[in-house]
Amino acid sequence: MSTKQNVASINQDYTEKYGFHDPEDYFLKAPKGLDHEVVEMISRKKKEPDWMREIRHQALDIFTEKPMPKWGNMELLGELDFENIHYYIKPKGEQAQNWDDVPENIKNTFERLGVPEAERKFLAGVTAQYESEVVYHSISKDLEKLGVIFMDMDSALREHPDIVRKYFGKIIPTRDNKFSALNTAVWSGGSFIYVPKGVKVDIPLQAYFRINAENMGQFERTLIIADEGSSIHYIEGCTAPTYSSDSLHSAVVELVALKGAHIRYTTIQNWSTNVYNLVTKRAHAHEDAIVEWVDGNIGSKLTMKYPAIVLKGERAHGEVLSIAFAGHGQHQDAGAKMIHAAPNTTSRIVSKSISKDDGRSSYRGMIKVAKGAHGCKTNVECDALLIGRQARSDTYPTMDVSEDDVRVEHEARVSKVGEEQLFYLQSRGLDPDKARMMIVNGFIEPFVKELPMEYAVELNRLIELEMEGSVG
Amino acid sequence: MSNSTLNDRDIVFACRNLHVSVQDKDGTKELVKGVDLTVRKGEKHALMGPNGSGKSTLAAALMGHPSYEVSGEIWLAGERIDELEPHERARKGLFMSFQYPVAVPGVSVANFLRASLAARRGQEIPVREFRKEMTTAFTELGIDRSFMSRYLNDGFSGGEKKRLEILQMIMLKPVFSLLDETDSGLDIDALKVVSAGINEATGPENGMLMVTHYQRILDYVKPDVVHVFMEGRIVRTGGPDLPRQLETKGYEWLLEDSAVGSGGTS
Ligand SMILES: Nc1ncnc2c1ncn2[C@@H]1O[C@H](COP(=O)(O)OP(=O)(O)OP(=O)(O)O)[C@@H](O)[C@H]1O
Ligand SMILES: [Mg+2]
Repeated sequence: MSTKQNVASINQDYTEKYGFHDPEDYFLKAPKGLDHEVVEMISRKKKEPDWMREIRHQALDIFTEKPMPKWGNMELLGELDFENIHYYIKPKGEQAQNWDDVPENIKNTFERLGVPEAERKFLAGVTAQYESEVVYHSISKDLEKLGVIFMDMDSALREHPDIVRKYFGKIIPTRDNKFSALNTAVWSGGSFIYVPKGVKVDIPLQAYFRINAENMGQFERTLIIADEGSSIHYIEGCTAPTYSSDSLHSAVVELVALKGAHIRYTTIQNWSTNVYNLVTKRAHAHEDAIVEWVDGNIGSKLTMKYPAIVLKGERAHGEVLSIAFAGHGQHQDAGAKMIHAAPNTTSRIVSKSISKDDGRSSYRGMIKVAKGAHGCKTNVECDALLIGRQARSDTYPTMDVSEDDVRVEHEARVSKVGEEQLFYLQSRGLDPDKARMMIVNGFIEPFVKELPMEYAVELNRLIELEMEGSVG
Repeated sequence: MSNSTLNDRDIVFACRNLHVSVQDKDGTKELVKGVDLTVRKGEKHALMGPNGSGKSTLAAALMGHPSYEVSGEIWLAGERIDELEPHERARKGLFMSFQYPVAVPGVSVANFLRASLAARRGQEIPVREFRKEMTTAFTELGIDRSFMSRYLNDGFSGGEKKRLEILQMIMLKPVFSLLDETDSGLDIDALKVVSAGINEATGPENGMLMVTHYQRILDYVKPDVVHVFMEGRIVRTGGPDLPRQLETKGYEWLLEDSAVGSGGTS
């Protein structure tokens, strides 16, 4: 196995494309560590209302008292040192609506990551978060006219306190888990979206999250409300420099799809492999609403993320479509949760994972059908592809069905990049690398075709890089 | 036979003293036990023999399948290829039609064909040119165009898979083809179409070895030489009339015959 060589080639490219960092030049950098003083400081700096400040302080207590999760990767979680993290960093300058007003370094960073270009080409709005704050934000005039609100969460708290207060922490309560509590205590940035009744937003909105400093903790908070009969597609991407010590990304994302609304939330997670990515995502789907989580996890050291959908209204539909890539030293512990809380609700989970070298991926899923939720249908498909002898994949499905009249389908497959497939392609002149690549691309095709074209191309490119020089 | 003979421009494919074995839990098992074969330009050879005698193993080993241990020489158009990897053999013009073509979900037939063609020719083919070539081949083999965007062999019927194998043969223009039971599972119309394709792809400069169990295809693709393969060896080599004899007499008598002498080509 040429593991050494692979890792070198991955890092080389990651460093060049994403893993670079700017010199540190901040308006404010909180010292490492977490206590009530830090929480107080964040809230004061943001001039928040008392109710939010109180929520934060309570959350910190809950975070402290809650034990670490007993699932995922307890060994890696055990190595996470909360005292070695900066919980808040504010870059210089004010939030800009024009890239030219963004500080030079930061602007160049986002240029290098292709954010302004994507914005020009195919997005209706962008927020760009750098460390703890959103440094750039735009929304198309057309959407603004239709009453669509898209801004960072801090601004939303100032400008639309009523909506924020109504929903904040209502989908994911503070004490849901240790990391939702942590996020609630120190949250900063993230996106707020409100789509008015009947408004269909055809062009995606995007948020890009960038960590720059070493030992950074990024805790964005996102809330999306799609009012009755509206629709929205939101995309998030993220990267960070490669450092030898750990950073932490712990977001909370709450979605509300009201009657007949449609939310699609797409993530391309490509953190550097020193980032812990411990994220809580949950949606409420009301009557006839559709919520889709399209979740791609390529980067990070350890990801623990199980996007959830509570199907609250009759005939609501939920989908989680995810792909995980675990290369050397990575563990992707991802999955999905579907709570069928109303009759005739339907859901589908498609989870695909690729593990390579000593990479490890796990599917952790839960399907719950509440009493009285008759006529539900759910379908779960898990596919794992292993490359190399050390690669590992596990599935942990849980079902909790309290109704008889329910159709549950579950399929799980683990396959290796087959010798016969390789030989077949090779016998047609394809070299082993190209052949392997083709098999892997084919494997993720059902996921990729759900992405906007530009992201599909980028995802294929990323996976191609990760695959380089691998030995099947 | 000396190497200079195998260098002969007239010989398109040959192997000498080919042995193939596999390692399984019971140890080493020899599946091909010394095969000599010489195919001249323009010749079509048929290889017949009972189930499990090692025909597919021989074909796969000639193509370079990694799970076999192979010794002996393999020559393609005057060049030794036994040290080459399968894709290198393919690029030099060796082709194998699989008895059981493998499905590759998520990879469209068109993408796969374009990549194979580029590999074979050593250069990318412009999309429009490629489309044209592909469409011609599809028409020729009577494959519906909707198959271009379907996933490679995924959910194809037996006959559909075989047609696609020969479509690849036509597009890749191999120097030498190993066809492993390409006729099995074909209906009568398909058999005609596929045979026409095979004949077209085997011109005066090429050669092929066709593994089959049936006389049927030999009425369309007329072999110049017929070999009988049993227990890992060629036990009899004859002309186009040999298959008729086999059809009436079966295989057993050949084994008794060959116990005395050895099989193999002249
Ligand atoms: N990789 C392998 N490991 C172990 N045994 C093998 C392997 N490949 C082939 N064999 C065995 O070798 C023998 C010959 O198989 P092969 O597929 O070559 O037969 P065949 O002549 O093509 O038969 P058929 O006419 O049924 O296609 C069989 O007994 C088969 O099980
Ligand atoms: Mg066979």
